[in-house]
Amino acid sequence: MKRYMLALATVSALALSAVGAHAQDKLKIGLIVTLSGPSAVLGGQVRDGFNLAVKTLGGKLGGVETEVVVADDELKPDVAVTKVKGLLERDQVNFVVGPVFSNVLQAIHKPVTDSSAFLISPNAGTSNFAGKQCNPNFFVTSYQNDQVHEVLGKYAQDKGFKKVFLMAPNYQAGKDSLAGFKRHFKGEVLDEVYTPLGQLDFSAELAKIAAAKPDAFFTFMPGGMGVNLVKQYRQAGLANIPFLSAFTTDESTLPAQKDDAVGFLGGANWAPNTDNPQNKAFVAAYEAAYGAVPGTYAMQAYDAALLIDSAIKATGGKVGDKDAVRAALKKANFTSLRGAFKFGNNNYPIQDFVLVKVAKRADGKFQTEVVETVFKDYVDVYAKECPLN
Amino acid sequence: MSQQQALPATTLAPASAAAWRVSFVALLFVALALLPIAAKLGAEGYILNLVTRALIFAIAAISLDLILGHGALVSFGHAAYLGIGSYAVGILASHGVEEVLLQIPVAIGAGALFALATGAVSLRTSGVYYIMSTLAFGQMLYFFAVSLSAYGGDDGLTLPGRSTILGMPLLKADTTFYYVVLALLGATYVLTLRITRSRFGRVLNGIRENPARMKAIGFEPFTYQLAACIIAGATCALAGVLLANQTGFVSPAYMTWQRSGELLVMVILGGIGSLWGAIIGALSFLLLEEVLSLITEQWKLILGPFLVLVALGGYGGIAGLADTLRNKLVRRGQP
Amino acid sequence: MSSALLIVQTLNGLQLGILLFLIAAGLTLVFGVMDFINLAHGVQYMIGAYLIAMFSAWTGSFWAGLALTLPVALAVGLLLEVTIFRRLYGRSHLDQVLATFGLILFLNQLVKTIWGAAPLSVPMPDVLSGSVRLMDGLLYPVYRIALIGLGLTTALLLYVLINKTRVGMLVRAGASNAPMVSALGVDIGRLFMIVFGFGAMLAGFAGAMVAPILSVEPGMGDNLLILTFVVIVIGGIGSIRGAFIAALLVGLIDTLGRAFGPHLLRLMLDAASANQAGRSLAPMLIYILMAAVLFFRPSGLFPVKR
Repeated sequence: MKRYMLALATVSALALSAVGAHAQDKLKIGLIVTLSGPSAVLGGQVRDGFNLAVKTLGGKLGGVETEVVVADDELKPDVAVTKVKGLLERDQVNFVVGPVFSNVLQAIHKPVTDSSAFLISPNAGTSNFAGKQCNPNFFVTSYQNDQVHEVLGKYAQDKGFKKVFLMAPNYQAGKDSLAGFKRHFKGEVLDEVYTPLGQLDFSAELAKIAAAKPDAFFTFMPGGMGVNLVKQYRQAGLANIPFLSAFTTDESTLPAQKDDAVGFLGGANWAPNTDNPQNKAFVAAYEAAYGAVPGTYAMQAYDAALLIDSAIKATGGKVGDKDAVRAALKKANFTSLRGAFKFGNNNYPIQDFVLVKVAKRADGKFQTEVVETVFKDYVDVYAKECPLN
Repeated sequence: MSQQQALPATTLAPASAAAWRVSFVALLFVALALLPIAAKLGAEGYILNLVTRALIFAIAAISLDLILGHGALVSFGHAAYLGIGSYAVGILASHGVEEVLLQIPVAIGAGALFALATGAVSLRTSGVYYIMSTLAFGQMLYFFAVSLSAYGGDDGLTLPGRSTILGMPLLKADTTFYYVVLALLGATYVLTLRITRSRFGRVLNGIRENPARMKAIGFEPFTYQLAACIIAGATCALAGVLLANQTGFVSPAYMTWQRSGELLVMVILGGIGSLWGAIIGALSFLLLEEVLSLITEQWKLILGPFLVLVALGGYGGIAGLADTLRNKLVRRGQP
Repeated sequence: MSSALLIVQTLNGLQLGILLFLIAAGLTLVFGVMDFINLAHGVQYMIGAYLIAMFSAWTGSFWAGLALTLPVALAVGLLLEVTIFRRLYGRSHLDQVLATFGLILFLNQLVKTIWGAAPLSVPMPDVLSGSVRLMDGLLYPVYRIALIGLGLTTALLLYVLINKTRVGMLVRAGASNAPMVSALGVDIGRLFMIVFGFGAMLAGFAGAMVAPILSVEPGMGDNLLILTFVVIVIGGIGSIRGAFIAALLVGLIDTLGRAFGPHLLRLMLDAASANQAGRSLAPMLIYILMAAVLFFRPSGLFPVKR
């Protein structure tokens, strides 16, 4: 019996240790990202990018002492909800920054926006929250998910490709991706192939591509799937067919893809060689601190920190004045690493999108580099359904 | 396969062992009932949310323990029923039916039906072959949910809010919801306990120990095992209804094989066959996960070896360990 | 539908099957001989891939890396056997599930702690890079052909080992009646250790061989483990022959189903719904296959007689 009392005492002690009500003398930010499983590298970039910004600003955002609490959503929506409740109620955070993945965003959006905190997404930007379900307490520093795919579709159209072959994993984001591509591409789609999520081997699909002989190939294969696909695409001798992709050849996967990805094209709102002084400083600092080339995930997280910094500064450090903070967030009065940045009525960014190409740098590392601007001050197509203004 | 059961040690007088267990379970429920009051001192919503989630998984774990501990049917696809229950809520809610008194019967019916159909096939096999055929059906349902693009596909489906009772938003408050879940857990525990002690339960246990003999004296194992699967499936679907309401979200992620594996781990960790072990297993697995992850990002480096040690100990999980310890104490106390 | 495409897809299916066989062979032996459910078998595959990523980077050569990977993979397997698995033989399957599940959590996290979460890659050996022309308009990577050849050779060696040697005879005897073998004076503990270490090495070998075509990442063994279980269950637990045939069957059905499923369905449905149904059905095919096999043969295709 003693044993049980001990166990019970432990459990209740744990419950009580979670007591975390503190006076509002500092700014608390909860970072919820995926740090488990194969996608952990993306969450790691968000965490590192955000922490770097806080460090660069001397541990203060908007002049207020700042504490960052990191939580791992494990890429499980139900786990994410519990973690977010912990951030909101145990840690009493003023801002929740995250997540990386859309399905997690769907799960945590309501708990956060219903609370006293703001939700700032450094990556996931789903269509529902850009349109009808837009929310005044939800801001996105990345893009609306479709836009990156649209960049490639627009490029394929402008470039005059007649026949393309499309491929994506068989899940919602994959379907959205191909829909996004086709929004601006009016030529012939030879085939649309959906592969099971997490598929390792693409030899079956590559054989189909070789047989179809398209003018260009477009795909969306994030993470390890993209690493495999790029290697196998090169090995199958298909590299003479232009490889257009989104989230497939970026700084999170290039260390594994290396030379196999060189010359492959992607769409983005930024690249490590984006030419402005603040970005040069950021890339240098990030590489010095973490030994890796930052990707858009890190950049958008860094910008999220700058955004919060600007808003707190504008309110004179009044973290608790929610209306003032909201109005200041909306102004987006900060110097984004990507250059021009402002929010649309739905709190999604209005920004330029560029075509990027994988290149090998002089120091032997790999990065994406800007080729040309495809969209100027681009507003996502869902913004007009959003009742906010 | 040989299903050696971690049967409770028999050195105790049955009456005292039973009394001890009843008092322990009662104590556990009292502690859980008092928790919301303690939670008021701290991060109320967070603690309630965490424990509510653990209680929901305890319901699922009890349902698994019914077939695992008493029927020796190791289901590696049990998370499918969590999915069935939560999709029943999600799909009905997306068509405007938010009444929980309608959602629960639909969920339970769907869970029972799925158990009936898959059990009829799976129960032709035994041992590891049974494990793998339940996995197969679980995976089919998972991929089916992923392809349901009308209901969000892989991204899942956000619920407009918690379900209503007779049209009233009674579940909206976290504390109320907590007590509803706790009450349902209590009811599930008592009902399942009664089932295992009934004639049906004794036949089920008899089949586990010696199917040939049970068959010889006129009990068709298939019928009894199938019935147990249906009860377990329906119960777990109820847990699914609660899970959907707790997270406000429905997703295929609820029914991955990893989730089925976690359910198995909860039951084995708690100690199979005792039902209250399943509650302890679910609570300790989920709370441990949360507490360890607060301490370090590398929490799996601690949780993994812990599970290995529990298995190597061979006491039959936490419940078995408790029985062993108590027996030692009792013996030491005797003159 | 060109015949070239059909040939390529068949080769791809064979290659997936061979890969599954390399992993399944060890698993089915461990299972059949020791009656031990080893969920951590997929982790050993992952360790093989990480080891070759590390060793080939150190030595600068794939082959030197492979030569170092095999003994280390064997050593890791033996270490796990001596410290953990040995204590679980003869225990309930559920204890084995719990322990090996714990090991998966631990080792997946450990490789992330050591090598980081980002995927790693292993350069392809120069000799085997490039493609060959099998027929007009049909290029196929040399490495994959080598993989198929290597897998078939391994299968042949295993066949000889199991059917023509003394150790193999003991393993076969152990698979059908371990206590009897022990009663006849064979050191069953040592036999178990050999089988276990060998199985771990085979899985590590499979991991090392696929490293140049797949990305090396934490958790890469988890989904493959499930496929491997499907294979050994379809084949009949403890049967190498069953594992071989089931592995090829699963590899071919999975690959061909994905490639041609929608086309076949188009014969019955209109194009849009055929595509939709094909996409939903393709990932389910092998599970449907397994359920069907178990329905008609509840102990797999080649049950080991007990």
